[in-house]
Amino acid sequence: MSTVAQPATLGRRLRRWEGLPYALILPTVAYLGLFFAWPMVQAFELAFHVDGTWTVAPFRTMYHDVNFHQALTFTLLLVAVIVPIQFVLALGMALIVNAKIRGRGLFLAIFILPLAISDLAAGLVWQSILTERGYLNTVLEKIGLIDQEYIWLDPTKSNHLLVAVVVSELWRSTAFVMVIFLAGLQGIPHEYTEAAEVFGAGFFQRVRQVILPLLKPSIQVALLFRIIFAFEAFAVIIAITGRAKTTLATEAWRWQAESFDSHVAAAYSSLILILSLLFAGVVVWLLRTPREQMLR
Amino acid sequence: MRRIALVVALVAGLAAAFAFASTVGGSAAATPAAKPLSTAGAGDVVFFSNQLAQVSEISQVRNTLLKGFDGNVDYITPPVGQPQVFFNRVQAEAQAGRGTISLLGALHGDYLVIQQYLRDLSPVAKQLSKAGIPKDLLALGKLGTKKQLYIPWIQATYIMVANRKALPYLPKGANVNSLTYGQFHQWAKNIATKTGQKRVAFPAGTNGLIPRFFQGYLLPSFSGGVVTTFKSKQAISGWLYMKSLWRYMHPQSLSYNFMQDPLLSGEVWVAWDHVARLVNALRTRPDEFVAFPAPKGPKGRGYMPVLAGLAVPKTAPNAAGANQLIRWMLGVGTQAKTLGSVGFFPVVGKRLSKQTGAGLLKMNAAVGRAQRSADALKSLLPVGLGTEGGNFNKIYTDTFVRIVVRGEDPQKVVNEEGALLQAILDKTQAPCWAPDPPSRGTCKVK
Repeated sequence: MSTVAQPATLGRRLRRWEGLPYALILPTVAYLGLFFAWPMVQAFELAFHVDGTWTVAPFRTMYHDVNFHQALTFTLLLVAVIVPIQFVLALGMALIVNAKIRGRGLFLAIFILPLAISDLAAGLVWQSILTERGYLNTVLEKIGLIDQEYIWLDPTKSNHLLVAVVVSELWRSTAFVMVIFLAGLQGIPHEYTEAAEVFGAGFFQRVRQVILPLLKPSIQVALLFRIIFAFEAFAVIIAITGRAKTTLATEAWRWQAESFDSHVAAAYSSLILILSLLFAGVVVWLLRTPREQMLR
Repeated sequence: MRRIALVVALVAGLAAAFAFASTVGGSAAATPAAKPLSTAGAGDVVFFSNQLAQVSEISQVRNTLLKGFDGNVDYITPPVGQPQVFFNRVQAEAQAGRGTISLLGALHGDYLVIQQYLRDLSPVAKQLSKAGIPKDLLALGKLGTKKQLYIPWIQATYIMVANRKALPYLPKGANVNSLTYGQFHQWAKNIATKTGQKRVAFPAGTNGLIPRFFQGYLLPSFSGGVVTTFKSKQAISGWLYMKSLWRYMHPQSLSYNFMQDPLLSGEVWVAWDHVARLVNALRTRPDEFVAFPAPKGPKGRGYMPVLAGLAVPKTAPNAAGANQLIRWMLGVGTQAKTLGSVGFFPVVGKRLSKQTGAGLLKMNAAVGRAQRSADALKSLLPVGLGTEGGNFNKIYTDTFVRIVVRGEDPQKVVNEEGALLQAILDKTQAPCWAPDPPSRGTCKVK
């Protein structure tokens, strides 16, 4: 008898133990601390600590480098262009998948496919589509729309490369935003939209007045992720634009891999982190949801 | 309740297993896996090379070049993006007084940095006297001393390749094998204006080797130097030439890394690049392409040879085996395979067999023409810069991007970049190297 009772009391005691929740999140905290917080501290140290002295020299080198201003403006431009377009697209895609229409499973599969592809592979795929002897020109020529190949990836023509990068980034990562939206949409009870419909609200009115406000927590999460990822945009840009366009992340990589200067690379990484935090803070503040509005 | 206890036990068990695995893994990674000692032939030889260090090249070395060698060779290279590991490890083994590396593979300039740790290979050189290594190459392996510190192993350089379709657009009187920069400019312009398409290109992408074009070809041909003449009027005229030429270059040049790919796809008709990055075009479609030396400028025909050699550190645990491996790597059979497998040229024997293939023979002929050209102006790879080599290249790429791509004022750019260049030289205290005249002490930008 006692052998059966013993584990029962242990379990009961464990359950009553106040420290249990903390013990349960301990592995996660340890993981985050070891693999995220600690390297972050190290990166900051690398950026400010050169040859035994504390200095801002790496930041000065970064600021005065010929590529810095171009990298910063192109990064911000990408964030400003990609994020809004992606939101509209992702919302549309999520609404399609969430609607009770035929073949929505197929839509979901098609939408989600790019998520399985690494960003470098996505960049190379788009490079082979857009390059002069690429798939796009071949198709256009075959159907007789153009006589001579058009150079889509032409750095001398304004915004050609920007459009190419935006298109491939949209293709690659819109599905990610859509998944978050879809989860949010599925949490909205049908009664709300049905009630709005009964009161005569059209589709766009329902989206604007009912769905979007209830989707706010998901929008916040998605915006946070997307902005952070947009600041980290790297492999797609390398693959498509080569040396013609540069972002903060590609510059960080160049300083490390080509110039072997970890300090300046760390300064770039720190800047990316600071900008991401800043933008994330703005998003959290703008989209704060009062407790009473939260969907329970 | 029992389930909770079970879960706790399971988590603890997993954590312990993970910790154990990581310590075991850690210790295994720290010491190279012990191999059974082979008693055959040359025994165990650790071959540490910073050349042929790309993944495809490593597999070619292991599976093609080392195949058939009587011994147990462990071919290793420094991690990607960390070239300093090569020097650090050689130095560390020398300072410890005992090592694991028996054979080194590196560039001529690399050996200048570590020459005090190398054995005299004069006896091996004597054994190889009939192998047919040219005397001037062997002499380079002495690094200015009386000892043979390395044995020349493989060589490469940069050439130009053109699609036959481009040849009708050559300016009148121009011979593709002895172009001047003026004729090259006219040629690019002819192609652009007469076909409506820009078909001449450079590898100016992220991994492209365009800085070598400035260091070994454009600037020496225009100014006679690379470092000392960086701010000279002749250098500026070289950059202005480049700016004018760039109007006729394929716009995607800024994303090209290996020119063989756009040459094969037909996007590009004329290109300059490293032979190993052109070899696929010539090997797969030899009838479609011609190979020829880079153009000639006011100061001569710039030409940058790349010479790698084999050396034995003083701390080598198996020097006899290393000597056997050197003789194997310089054997006619192995040398003949290097061109086809890794795109580097052999250092022995003047004639390559017919089996080498028409495309590779063309490439070989172009290299020979560049080498033997009466007006050849030889530039060496940067010497003595160690890990600052990347920053050195950045100076030339940045100068190019600022003057040619962004259209900044050339005088201002060379002044600013010249100051950065001088800072690198001061930091490394590197003396001048060819084509700049030898300097006493640190090389100076004039």
